Amino acid sequence: MTTPPAAPGNAEPVTLVQAVDAALEAELAADPRVVLLGEDIGRMGGVFRATAGLQARFGESRVVDVPACEAGFVGAAVGMCLAGLRPVVELQFDSFSYPAFEQIVCHLARYRWRTAGATEMPAVLRIPYGGGTHAPELHSDSPEALFCHIPGLVVVTPSSPADAYSMLRWAIRHPDPVIFMEPKRLYRSTRAALPADPDPEGLLRARVVRPGTDVTIVSYGPSVPTCREVAEMLAARGTSAEILDLRALWPLDQEAILASVRRTRRCVVVHEAARSCGVGAEVAALIAEHAMFSLDGPVVRVAGLDAPFPMFMLEDLYLPDPGRIVDAVEEALR
Amino acid sequence: MSLGFRSVGACAITRRATVLQLRRSGGGVARHGYVLDVIGSFGMGSGMPASRRGTGSVAVRAGSALARRPADKLRLWKMMVQLRAYDERATLLQRQGRIGAYPTFWGEEAIQAAAVLAVGDADWLFLSYRQNAVPVLRGLPPEQAWAYFRGDPRGFFDPSQFGCAPQCVPLATHLPHAVGWAVGRRLQGGDEVALAFFGDGASSEGDAHEAMNLASVLRAPVVFLCTNNQWAISTPLSRQAAVDHLSARAAGYGMPGVTVDGYDPLAVLGAVAEAVDRARSGGGPSLVEASCYRIGPHATADDPSLYRDEAEAALWREREPIGRFERQLQEEGHLATQDIIEEHERAASAMRDAGHRLDRMPVPTGEEMTAHVLAVPPPSWPRSSAPTLATAEQ
Repeated sequence: MTTPPAAPGNAEPVTLVQAVDAALEAELAADPRVVLLGEDIGRMGGVFRATAGLQARFGESRVVDVPACEAGFVGAAVGMCLAGLRPVVELQFDSFSYPAFEQIVCHLARYRWRTAGATEMPAVLRIPYGGGTHAPELHSDSPEALFCHIPGLVVVTPSSPADAYSMLRWAIRHPDPVIFMEPKRLYRSTRAALPADPDPEGLLRARVVRPGTDVTIVSYGPSVPTCREVAEMLAARGTSAEILDLRALWPLDQEAILASVRRTRRCVVVHEAARSCGVGAEVAALIAEHAMFSLDGPVVRVAGLDAPFPMFMLEDLYLPDPGRIVDAVEEALR
Repeated sequence: MSLGFRSVGACAITRRATVLQLRRSGGGVARHGYVLDVIGSFGMGSGMPASRRGTGSVAVRAGSALARRPADKLRLWKMMVQLRAYDERATLLQRQGRIGAYPTFWGEEAIQAAAVLAVGDADWLFLSYRQNAVPVLRGLPPEQAWAYFRGDPRGFFDPSQFGCAPQCVPLATHLPHAVGWAVGRRLQGGDEVALAFFGDGASSEGDAHEAMNLASVLRAPVVFLCTNNQWAISTPLSRQAAVDHLSARAAGYGMPGVTVDGYDPLAVLGAVAEAVDRARSGGGPSLVEASCYRIGPHATADDPSLYRDEAEAALWREREPIGRFERQLQEEGHLATQDIIEEHERAASAMRDAGHRLDRMPVPTGEEMTAHVLAVPPPSWPRSSAPTLATAEQ
C-alpha cells in the first residue's frame, strides 16, 4: 500500500493518485461534513489506492465501504447532501458509473433546480476513466461527454498531480455536483510537488500547458501528455503548437479557447472518447459560432472510434497517438 | 406457507384468492380491535436461521401509545379527511383543466396520515408521486402542491421547511436518498429517522433492493413503507412479484418485515411507530407493507376498465378507510355524526379556497427555467442560455 504524502506544500514529488489521496485527506481534515463513499475504499484504500490510509485516520463512519450498488450509494450521496454533508463518491471504474446514471441524471443534477434553489448538492463523483492500462472489458471507457450533456453538473478532469490536488480540493468545496474524471493511465506516470496554495479561482479555467503560435491543440486529461510530446516533435520541424488543457469540460472555458484560436487561426482537438457528439464536437461548434472568420482551416478532431472501447490488444490502435495527432496538425495547417 | 395475518378490521385482498385472510377474531392478538400482527416466517422454512437481527419474526404489538389515545385517533382522522378533500379537489381541478394529469390516492389516506403521525417532527419523509399531499399535512399550502401538477415551477418547495423530500417521479429512486439522509443525520449526531414511501410497482426496481440492502448493512434508521395497492398502472401484483407478501423481502435484507391492513389507520400507525422506535434506538431499518387496493385509476389519464373488473374496485370502495374509521370512532364514542359532517365540509371548503388561490397565482416567467440550476453559474452562461430565455418570453 502506498503511503499518502503528508501535507500540502510537501516538496516530495507525488504521483497523480497520491495527489488525489492527499487532497481527500486535506478536505477530510478540514471539514467534518466531508464523507467518502465507495467500494473497497476503506481498509484496502481503493483498487487504485486513491484512499490509502484514510479510513485508518478518519474512521469507518467517514470513509464508508459500501456494498456493490452504484445506484444505491450515489443515491445515498444525494441523501447525504440533503442532510448537510459533502459526500465524495468513488465509482471504481468509468463503466461502473452507468448503474448510477439514473441517480445522477434524475436527482444529483436536478435537485437544486427542482427545490427552487433551496437545496445544494455539493457531492463529488470521482471516476477513474480512460484506456491504455490493458484493463478488462468495460474498464477503459471515457464517458465524460455523457455527463457534460446533463444540465446541473460540473465536469472536470486533471492531467497532472498538481491539478489533481488543487482541482479535487476545489471540487469538494464547490456547492454544485462535480463529476471528477481521473485519468487512470496517468495515475502513476509522473511525479510532481503538490502546490502549497491551490488557486480556487482558476480551476474552471483552461490552462495553457505550452504556448505556441501556429496551431492550438485543445485536449484534456489522459491525452494532454501525448499532446505535449507532439508539440516537441512539431517544434523540431519548425511548427509552434499551443497546448490548451481544458481541465473543465463543462462549463468550457470559452474565452480561453476562442482567444487561443483567434491567435493561432488553426485548431486540433484531441480526446480518447468516441468521436461523435464528444467534447471535441462542442469545441468545434463553439469555434464555428464565435471564431469562424479567424480560422485559416477547418477544426480537426482526433478521437476514439465510434465503436466500443476495444479489447486491450487493440487499444493502442484506438487511442490517439502522436502520429495521428501530427497528421491532424498537418491537415489543419494545410 | 403460514401467513398468520389477523385483523379485526376488514382487510381481504383478493389476489390469488386468499392472500390476506380476514379473521374476525384473531387468537389473542388484537387487544384493541384494530391490530394486526403479521409476520411470521414467511416461507423461510425451518432451515433458515431463526434470527439475524430479528429477521422475519418480529411480532408487532397492539399499536403504540399513539394509537390508543382518543386525541391522537381524532387527529389521525382529521388528517385523513384533509387528504380526502385534497384528493377529490385535485381530481376536480384536473377535470376542469386547471391542473394536468394527477395521480389520485383515494383510499390510501389511512396509510399516509398514519405514517405522518407516527414519525417525529424532525424526521424526514421521502415521497413517491402518490404521496403528493403528504407535505400538505406538514404545512405546505395545497395550492403550491397543485402548482406542481399544473406544470408550474412554483410547485417546487424547500424540503427542509417541511421535512419532506420532493415527490420522486422515477420509481424507488428516492429510497437510497432516505438511506443517505438517515446515515448523514446520524453521523452528525442526530437521532432522526427517515420514512420512505414506495409502492408495489416500485418494489421491483433495482433501487428498492439496493436501498434496503444498503440500509441494513449500514444499520440506517430508515422505515421503508410499501403501499401495496395491488396495481402498478395495469400490472397486477401477480406480474410484479412471486411472493404473497412484499414484506417477505425483508428477510433477505436481514431486517424485520410486517404486513398490515392499509385500510386500518391504527394498524398502520402501530406498525410504523414501532419501526420508527426501533430505527431511532439503533435497531436499524424495517419494512412495513400496508396492503390495500387501488380503488381509483393510476392517474387521471388512466382507464382501469381496460385491464380490470371495476366491480372489484367497487367492492373495495365500500371498505374505504375513512368511513370505516368513522364508524369505529363513533362506536367508541369519540365522534358524533354531526362532527363528521362538519369536518368534511370544513376540509372541502378549505380545499376549494386553495383551488381559488391556485387560479390567482401568476404564470411563471421564462427566467425560472434556468434559475437555480447551479449555485455558481459559469461565466459563459449567458452565451448558451440567452436564446432559450428570449424564446420562452415571447
